[in-house]
Amino acid sequence: MREKGANSNYWGSLLEGIQTTIGGLKLTLKHLWEARKQKPAHYVNQEDYFDFNKGIVTLQYPFETLPIPDNGRYRLYNEIDDCIVCDKCAKICPVNCIDIEAIKATEEIGKTSDGTPKRLYAAKFDIDMAKCCYCGLCTTVCPTECLTMTKVYDYSEEQVEDMNYHFSDLSPEEALEKMNLLELFLKEKEEAKKKAATEKKAATTSPTTKKKLVFKPKVKKSEEQVENKEQQTTEETANKVAKAKPKFRPKVKTKSTEEEKKATDVSSEEPSSKAKPKFRPKIKTKQPKEIEAQKEEEKEQPEKATKPKFRPKIKTKTPKKDDDKQPPENL
Amino acid sequence: MEILTPFFTLGAYLSLTLGLIVITFYLERKLAAFVQDRLGPMEVGWYGILQPVADLLKLLQKEDIVPTQADRKLFLLAPLIIFPFILAGLAVLPLTPTFQASGTSIGVFFLLAIVSIDVLGLLMAGWASNSKFPLYGAMRAVAQIVSYEVPLGLSVLCVVMISQTLDLRLIGLQQGLYTPEANYLVGIKALGVEVTHIGGILSWNIVRMPFLFITFIIFYIASLAECNRAPFDIPEGESEIIGGFHTEYSGFRFALFFLAEYAMMVLVCLLGVILFLGAWNTPLPNIGNVKLADWTTGQLGTWYGNTMAIFWLASKTILLLALQVIIRWTYPRLRVDQLMHLCWKVLTPILLFILLLCGVWRLWMV
Repeated sequence: MREKGANSNYWGSLLEGIQTTIGGLKLTLKHLWEARKQKPAHYVNQEDYFDFNKGIVTLQYPFETLPIPDNGRYRLYNEIDDCIVCDKCAKICPVNCIDIEAIKATEEIGKTSDGTPKRLYAAKFDIDMAKCCYCGLCTTVCPTECLTMTKVYDYSEEQVEDMNYHFSDLSPEEALEKMNLLELFLKEKEEAKKKAATEKKAATTSPTTKKKLVFKPKVKKSEEQVENKEQQTTEETANKVAKAKPKFRPKVKTKSTEEEKKATDVSSEEPSSKAKPKFRPKIKTKQPKEIEAQKEEEKEQPEKATKPKFRPKIKTKTPKKDDDKQPPENL
Repeated sequence: MEILTPFFTLGAYLSLTLGLIVITFYLERKLAAFVQDRLGPMEVGWYGILQPVADLLKLLQKEDIVPTQADRKLFLLAPLIIFPFILAGLAVLPLTPTFQASGTSIGVFFLLAIVSIDVLGLLMAGWASNSKFPLYGAMRAVAQIVSYEVPLGLSVLCVVMISQTLDLRLIGLQQGLYTPEANYLVGIKALGVEVTHIGGILSWNIVRMPFLFITFIIFYIASLAECNRAPFDIPEGESEIIGGFHTEYSGFRFALFFLAEYAMMVLVCLLGVILFLGAWNTPLPNIGNVKLADWTTGQLGTWYGNTMAIFWLASKTILLLALQVIIRWTYPRLRVDQLMHLCWKVLTPILLFILLLCGVWRLWMV
């Protein structure tokens, strides 16, 4: 009697039906009764974690969260004060989510908290968390351990651009200033080299004439340097623009090619006449009918003659034969 | 004031029905969640208490789509037909011993007849949609409801034989302190224990004739099938035919179907309470000098009496509605052949036997 389906006769199945129905209802009511309790937001490492196996399991997420382990590895964070802008993280990143632009400093800027000297400014240190695959390779290669993964895991944004985190502490103006300083420094270095070279040459050749020359160019060169700086900055900006431009250029090229095509199409009307033949057959197919119709009309107009009366009749019949009157002909 | 009375009555019935429907909405979501170890709605109001309002507002905002290939007139008319007929069925139900929209003496008969017209609306909806699944759903609904009229009718007939009346108000009165005829323990006069002035649960129909408890369970099962509730939701089995007859409906018209379905649930539960569970009468009996039944009943026609009557009626109904919801989350859907087997081979023979027993019992009662 206890065995399921053992009594597949009328009374047996009826009894089993009633028993299982009550059993099912008991199970549901048991869960309803246990819904008084609520499973707490305990993490698995807590001792009483397995004691709460009854009651409501729902965690009202934004208001309640499960605790995250201390070594949770989610969103990346770069402590820029400790960063030496070595670019190792950007190089090892398998998905290229780290974007770094470094500017050489003219001298040592300072030291990181572990004593490593910093010689580079980070004009740009962007980590695109939308691309990140959380492999953690960047944190392992970081020599100063400034790049770490934090416990923050809920940082969804409405715009994907907002997933790109900027860690650089330099403003664009500051970055430009540092860049100019570097240029100036390099220029001065260059000048110093040239100067050293010319002095060597001057030592070998006659000094009188070249002394005069030495003074005049200095003044000119100092002016030129300023001019050069300006020119260089403008050139740099121009270069930046120029770097940006190639992205647009293909578009322009495609447009130009299209325009060229159009131009060629317009200029050479002969190829356009090649396109026309495609239409011509259609026109030709229509034309015969029209021509026939015109002919019919023409013939119907002079119909008053006896002969044309037969011809239009035949012509009107022939299209009908094609459509409907084939079976009568067969019959 | 005489002119305003019908409107007052209509208002009272509508507000009670809609109130119970909204409570059922909420119960449905919350009990479903608790049975499944979830919390259910928690955001809209305190413990999600305003969720039914939010649901209805959402439905009303939606676009009212009519498929191009549908029979437009019937399609638009079908949802409007169902709800009025269910409301008409509610009219004969007495809310208190003295308050009833229609005091007709053939209340039970009228109720069973008018509720069956509900099928017409379902068939119209399914046919007018001009789509496979609605048509299947409508056919299944018709087949199911027509066959379940039989056990439902027989179970009601059992009560009618015991009560000897078709008037629902009289059936209700017989199960309380103000019964027109004497009540005896388990209905048998020969036992000589009169319970007329003890009242409470002892005068309910399921105690007056103990076999009526089985009838009540059968009535409950049949009523589940009647209002297409799980496990008899074959006409709208989501996993098989999407939504059944209301697959093509959206927005306000879908809300009407939804409302009608819940109104039907409320109606059959109210009917079950009135026929079997002592209508508006208190379950607490008078024990010696502790007049629990008297205290919780009040005088006929007074404010206190009416309030207690509404309270008991509504609370019993809500209990039955909650049971419907729990049953929905307990049992899987029956196959069509299983449903027919249950109806024709199990419920109907048992009811025929109990009907015979009721006849004999009635002879012992007087």
